[in-house]
Amino acid sequence: MASDALTTRTHTTAAAAGRRRLLSSRAGLTLLAVVLSLISLFPVLWMVTSSFKTRATVTDGRLIPQDFTFQNFVYVFTEVPFARYLWNSFFISTVITVAALFFHSMAAYALARLRFPGRERLFGAIFATLLVTAPVVLIPLFLVARELGLLNSYAGLIIPAIFNAFGIFLLRQFYLGLPKELEEAAVIDGCGHWRVYWNIVLPMSRPILSALAIFFFLANWNAFVWPLVATSDQDLTVVQLGISSFQTQYTSNWNYILAAATVAALPMLVLFFIFQRQIVESIKTSGLK
Amino acid sequence: MSGVAAQERRRGTTMAAPAQSPDTSGRRPRLSRKHREWLAAGLFLAPDVLGLLVFVAIPMVLSIGLSFFQVSGFGSYEWIGLGNYRRMVNDPLFWDSMKITGLYVVFLVPILFCVSLGLGLLVRQKLPGVGVYRTMLFMPYVISLVVVGVLWKFLLDEQTGVVNRAMRAAGLDGEPWLGSPSLALGCVIAVMVWVMMGYYMIIFLAGLQEIPQEYYEAAKLDGAGPWTTFRTITWPLLRPTSFFVLLMSTVAAITGGLDLIFVLTNGGPANGTSLAIFYIYQQAFGFGEYGYASAMGSFLVLIMVLISAVLFTFTRGGRFDDGE
Repeated sequence: MASDALTTRTHTTAAAAGRRRLLSSRAGLTLLAVVLSLISLFPVLWMVTSSFKTRATVTDGRLIPQDFTFQNFVYVFTEVPFARYLWNSFFISTVITVAALFFHSMAAYALARLRFPGRERLFGAIFATLLVTAPVVLIPLFLVARELGLLNSYAGLIIPAIFNAFGIFLLRQFYLGLPKELEEAAVIDGCGHWRVYWNIVLPMSRPILSALAIFFFLANWNAFVWPLVATSDQDLTVVQLGISSFQTQYTSNWNYILAAATVAALPMLVLFFIFQRQIVESIKTSGLK
Repeated sequence: MSGVAAQERRRGTTMAAPAQSPDTSGRRPRLSRKHREWLAAGLFLAPDVLGLLVFVAIPMVLSIGLSFFQVSGFGSYEWIGLGNYRRMVNDPLFWDSMKITGLYVVFLVPILFCVSLGLGLLVRQKLPGVGVYRTMLFMPYVISLVVVGVLWKFLLDEQTGVVNRAMRAAGLDGEPWLGSPSLALGCVIAVMVWVMMGYYMIIFLAGLQEIPQEYYEAAKLDGAGPWTTFRTITWPLLRPTSFFVLLMSTVAAITGGLDLIFVLTNGGPANGTSLAIFYIYQQAFGFGEYGYASAMGSFLVLIMVLISAVLFTFTRGGRFDDGE
């Protein structure tokens, strides 16, 4: 009895001390988190505010512009076909995203739900292509695209970028987790596989499709190396290529370069702030395999 | 009995409709349910399987094949056996680039791992405004490496960059960040950590959230401190995630970052940031040495496969039930 009371008392005091320690450590951790977040944010913030500075003040070392100007953005859009670059990136990213979602969801549905011989082996083979990273096959891909006459065309920018096993894999995982009852009911009602896919499975996969859509769009908007080797035509220049050549052309005109960079980054930042949850969710699923 | 009946029926059908094959009962020939399912699966899979074959699998095989050829100009291929590999062995620039890649991987992967794990642990806490911190820490990831390169080139400029300005204001000498080979490599690593830490932070966060809360409550009842809790609960249960992060970041470090190198340093100064993948790119698209570049690329893939295999053996694929 006595020892019981004793242990209870030590427990409560330990708990109180622990709470106090927790509170102060909580304040410390919050401070740490704030500082780290600012470090993370700062370079981007610096880029955006500097793009509103004049040529003379762009390197003045101040965060807030002294004489605020829109002139850099006007210059970027009038002196360089930057609108064209943005349109090219928007166009190819959109087409790739839509096509990829359509093909991947079809393939993933077949792999998750339809029964056919060799299904697991096929999935294994598709999964194995995940290990082949893009830079490794850049050279043969270039030669294949050249043989197929895809260089310097929208098709060449779009078609090779559609196919990757990552989307198939995530969608298959998602379909494996869906309840079968609805599909079975539809089959009993006499629906074919296409109607089941189109009318039932596709609408049910809206959340994961929207998450993947943002992911694909982002990846393709930011793509640089493939457009660099696959195109040389000015009319096909995508925004990332535009920035990189702009940067070599205007070496020290930081006000223009940063304005161009801000314009290129802004759509992704906006997308990110709107669809943050979806982006984070799709990354989480990819990590948990 | 039933055999006879079936025979009777078949004979009957044959007599009634002699032109029809015996096993179709209806007027139009229909596939069985099973075969319809096979057909549907084939059609559903066709676009992706074809695309992956043409744009991933065949290029991969071609890449190895190409390494035995001398490719010149437009489409003339000459078989030279191991010639490209012999050339690779004797190319000091290639080995320099491999050394730089080695340094890059050895520093980047552990730093990135520790920083992201730390951030993951930090933003899992119930801190006020934790959602905002997660957002801020993840944000650099959505910006393209090209823009990141431009941005850091601006910040790290020796004369006008804000980093040196801050150092001078603090009474230090500015450093030629991108002007010295070793500092430039350090900058590439630091920038990569800045870009990728938020991504791996989210992956660690997901892994941490999978660990049952009861374990932590039990540890608290036992009076375990934060370090003991981390060592005995978090670390072992996080092993699959750690393995995943380690593997992904190693592969990404060996074959990625081309965009950043292009814009930030262009391989310089004095080839100080010329990673193997950058050197390979230069050989292929700068000098048209597709065969030679493919040989080096295949070698790089081999190294990558070996590293992955070693990682797998050492961590047993990140499984934590390694007692059995």
